[in-house]
Amino acid sequence: MLLGPGVAWYLGIAAFLFGTGALGVLVRRNPLIVLLSLEIMLNGANLALIAFSRHAGNGAGQIFALAVMAVAAAEVCVGIGLVVALHRRRLSMDVDTLSELHG
Amino acid sequence: MLAISAGGGLVWAVWVIAGFACIASGIAVVSFTNPFYSALALIGNLGSLAVLYLLLSAEFVAAAQVLVYAGAVMVMFLFVIAYVGPRHETPWVDGPSWQTVGAVLAAASIFVEIIVVIGLKAGGRLHHSEHVNATFGSPGWIGRLFLTDHLLAFEITSIVLLIAAVGGVILGSHTRRRETA
Repeated sequence: MLLGPGVAWYLGIAAFLFGTGALGVLVRRNPLIVLLSLEIMLNGANLALIAFSRHAGNGAGQIFALAVMAVAAAEVCVGIGLVVALHRRRLSMDVDTLSELHG
Repeated sequence: MLAISAGGGLVWAVWVIAGFACIASGIAVVSFTNPFYSALALIGNLGSLAVLYLLLSAEFVAAAQVLVYAGAVMVMFLFVIAYVGPRHETPWVDGPSWQTVGAVLAAASIFVEIIVVIGLKAGGRLHHSEHVNATFGSPGWIGRLFLTDHLLAFEITSIVLLIAAVGGVILGSHTRRRETA
């Protein structure tokens, strides 16, 4: 049995975190804060995975959450590399003006 | 029985504090103008999420969250923010543009949609969670799962990390060559 709040409460927090992260990705223009908001979305999904894993008594959700963490680390590695490359080329730190991918 | 209800009350109290900290720091990450403060608020968010993981008896994931995320990833974020320099961006000053309004509507609709779908499809089945024994979520249990049932996922994860590291090196070296040329 699960002491305290049921799984649905954790899913509510997970949904709120995912919505907050989506808002940050859509509204903010600094690529660093867009990356931080992406982390919030991934963490909301992680919380839902772990809540369902606990609900079903099955470990696959926790394994999936750890895989999501590894993917998030990979995403941060590439995203921060892009931000540093932008900074070195003296490009504007604004995702609205970075609309062309050719170098 | 009394001990179980007292423990339930304690878990409720911890849940309320951690959930409130989680939601507040999530909003703070999105609304701070300085990326340095946003990254610090995200560290708080990750810490309170680790407390929620502990309440869901996912001890190893909580420890990995604190070590990998709040430790390694966020330190790298803070280094890069310090390297790039803080750039103040004021997203909310010049009145709500149609983009902002649309983004708020989209995010709110995602939130409502998730809640409605969970309530409709799984609401009745979420009341009785399975009973788990004490090893659920422990490092040894996770390690056994990783090396037996989920071995392929474990190996593919290592390849993903390797490709990301190579990508980071290529991004860095490419720009350096362009600068010297």
